[in-house]
Amino acid sequence: MTAELVRGQNHTLPQTRLEIRVSAGSPVVAGATLGDENGVVRGAEWIAHPGSPQLPGLEVSQQAAAGHRLAVDLEALPETVHRVTVLLALPVGVGGPTRFGTTAAPFVAVTGLDGTEIATFTLTGLDAESAVSALELYRRQGAWKVRAVGQGYAAGLAEMLADQGLAGAAELAASIQEAVARSLARSVAPPPPRTPEGDRVRQASGPSDPGPAPAVPPQPPAASPVQPTAEPGTASAPTPGGPINYAHPRRQHAAPPTPPPTAPPAQPGQAAQPVAGDATGWSMDERLYNQIWGMFEDLARAAAAYRSAVDFAESRMDQELDRSLSDPRNRIGGAGDRAREEARAKRDELTARAREVLDRDLAQLAAEAAVVEPALPAAYAGWDNPVWHAHRIPMELPMALRLGDLHLPERTGLRIPLLVRLPLERGIWVDSGRTASEAAALLDSDRLRRLAMETAVLHAARLLAVYPPGEFSVHVIDPAGSAAGPLAPLVDACVLAGPPAAGPQGVASVLAHLTRRVDLVQMAVRAGAADSLPPDLDTGEQLLVVNDFPHGFDDRAVTQLRYLADEGPAVGVHLLMVADREDASAYGPVLDPLWRSLLRITPVADNHLADPWVGHAWTYEPPVTPPGSRVLEQVLAAVTAARRAAGR
Amino acid sequence: MTVNMTKGQAINLQKSDGGTLTAVRMGLGWQAAPRRGLFGSRTREIDLDASAVLFADKQPVDVVFFRHLVSDDGSVKHTGDNLVGGAGSGGDDEAILVDLQRVPVHIDQIVFTVNSFTGQTFQEVQNAFCRIVDETNGQELARYTLDGGGQYTAQIMAKVHRAGTGWRMTALGNPANGRTFQDLMPSILPHL
Repeated sequence: MTAELVRGQNHTLPQTRLEIRVSAGSPVVAGATLGDENGVVRGAEWIAHPGSPQLPGLEVSQQAAAGHRLAVDLEALPETVHRVTVLLALPVGVGGPTRFGTTAAPFVAVTGLDGTEIATFTLTGLDAESAVSALELYRRQGAWKVRAVGQGYAAGLAEMLADQGLAGAAELAASIQEAVARSLARSVAPPPPRTPEGDRVRQASGPSDPGPAPAVPPQPPAASPVQPTAEPGTASAPTPGGPINYAHPRRQHAAPPTPPPTAPPAQPGQAAQPVAGDATGWSMDERLYNQIWGMFEDLARAAAAYRSAVDFAESRMDQELDRSLSDPRNRIGGAGDRAREEARAKRDELTARAREVLDRDLAQLAAEAAVVEPALPAAYAGWDNPVWHAHRIPMELPMALRLGDLHLPERTGLRIPLLVRLPLERGIWVDSGRTASEAAALLDSDRLRRLAMETAVLHAARLLAVYPPGEFSVHVIDPAGSAAGPLAPLVDACVLAGPPAAGPQGVASVLAHLTRRVDLVQMAVRAGAADSLPPDLDTGEQLLVVNDFPHGFDDRAVTQLRYLADEGPAVGVHLLMVADREDASAYGPVLDPLWRSLLRITPVADNHLADPWVGHAWTYEPPVTPPGSRVLEQVLAAVTAARRAAGR
Repeated sequence: MTVNMTKGQAINLQKSDGGTLTAVRMGLGWQAAPRRGLFGSRTREIDLDASAVLFADKQPVDVVFFRHLVSDDGSVKHTGDNLVGGAGSGGDDEAILVDLQRVPVHIDQIVFTVNSFTGQTFQEVQNAFCRIVDETNGQELARYTLDGGGQYTAQIMAKVHRAGTGWRMTALGNPANGRTFQDLMPSILPHL
């Protein structure tokens, strides 16, 4: 019989080996603290949390999740423990809800090992709290009981831990949140699930083609040579109060797509010839995107198989060598040498077979890359691809953008394009710190900063070139004017929203402008009143490039920047930071969430990106234009021309 | 033709035309618990879980189960956790696919297990079976019936192991008790 507890009620536990199930409306962090007879948590080692998930008799999950199963063995707890408090907290800095009031009420159940529920408790009535102690298991006259607590804390984990008498509560709370966010921040986000209509539908960042007043319908520019079939974008404007339009805003018809090219049947005994676009998708764009992610996964897994086999071969040889050394019979004659020879030969044989399989896989992927790379559209292509020379500014937003290349040490020549979805879901941080990587440490600091800014300019130029004209603006903050050289191509082509902002006044005015935009669009989206936005508001996507952070930033500006990083991506304002984390070290850990929320890339090759399947360290190669090439200037000139033609 | 396997029986995983198998599926099916009364949510659901453990020379290297659905090398894939069972009409409710050609060279045995996560013994589960299917043509190679199997919550089903250049399957059918594959490791090791 399940006891459905209300706040404050207690219930006797019939057994000591238990499981505590947690389900919540959004991912939560689950942990547990141990208390002595006075209810005091004696130290950090009395807390099970994602950064330190196991204690004797207690185990919690290492990550935030909407469902948890905590294993508890009350018999195995130290004698001095009289109380176990189960706590839940919302993860910080990962873009989820920040208060329990906006999520479904969490539910916890104490069950036996066979899954039968002993007691359950629904934590209703939470509001601004971001951490809550859900249940207490406590000793009473030799028996264990459970009590429903439901005490929430608006200031989060730190306040809760401090309330339980823990010294250093704030540091520990930060380290718990850090542990939760770490796995998230260090990995490339997996490709989002594919849904036929869900792809490429732009988020409500305001109407993409707004009519300032409803009486004046937006007109497509009459004399636009590159826009022969463009429809006014009215379909994508949210219609307040009206029925939701599920149709793709720009897709003209729902006819099935042309079938993808498939590889011709393989000759017997040979691998099939690869073909570009050999994947599912509604357009060539989407097929190539899926194919590249497929190659990325295949390479990660092929390398995992090889590394696992080599590790195994090494460890088996080590064991056999140890054994032959400890065998007294091997001390005389050549028996020992023979045994060692044999162990080495076995290792070499297995390693060679694993290498053979890997080489076969790599050759197949290299052949595929050789046909895919030339077939890529500009947004996915490297700067050396001829497609850039004939580039015309598109009328439709492509699905993804290439940020650079990835490769593994097994074959450094096999490059996988690193594609991120558009509109950007995460800001980008080009790390100009010298301690960031080995290659960076070899360069002097000025050279590295210049390289970082040049890389950032390439990313910004690529974004400008793949967005439809007028739907993307770039703002630059360069407080000390130190990046005038690298920024020259953007400035000369007049593609920036304004001159690079310098000095504290410049910083403040750009940030104020973007903060206002985020604020207004957010209000309009929440109220469902997109047409009430002021007519002077640019509702296209915005990119803010920040150089030399935190130079020229006062506390207010730092706060505004963090606000943009948190709230901006959902309403079309993105960050591209070029910064050395050391420069901002004076701010201490308060900026850590900002750095974690950004995708960190480097101006020189560096092996710091993890794939989402196995977690190998991939070497990231930043984009470069071919030496002596004018491709950047040509592309930016095309952006200017397209804008002029579109009348913006 | 389906072989109803008995304990300890070994079969070569070869096609009838002599070609070697390239992909096999371990399927697991069981009938959902009957709905209890008016409040269907109080039904005591039966959650069986299929797992596969990859061994290299008797050392576990990788495990595929409901928390880790694809082996790191990509050769073994779990199609997803089913928490309640199905209609009990013989369809697979959980399946593990093995691409034998992609199994890393050092992996020499793959052991398949079934556990009752919610703790019901196989006696209480209706119409439970597991089977091995040739994934390329859907032909059933072997089948076990699990229900009525006594006071056990787990079974070490079968192992697929290298023999010469091909693969061989041995039916193990060893009952055990445990909630996830971790509990079963001591019972698996004697079978390697």
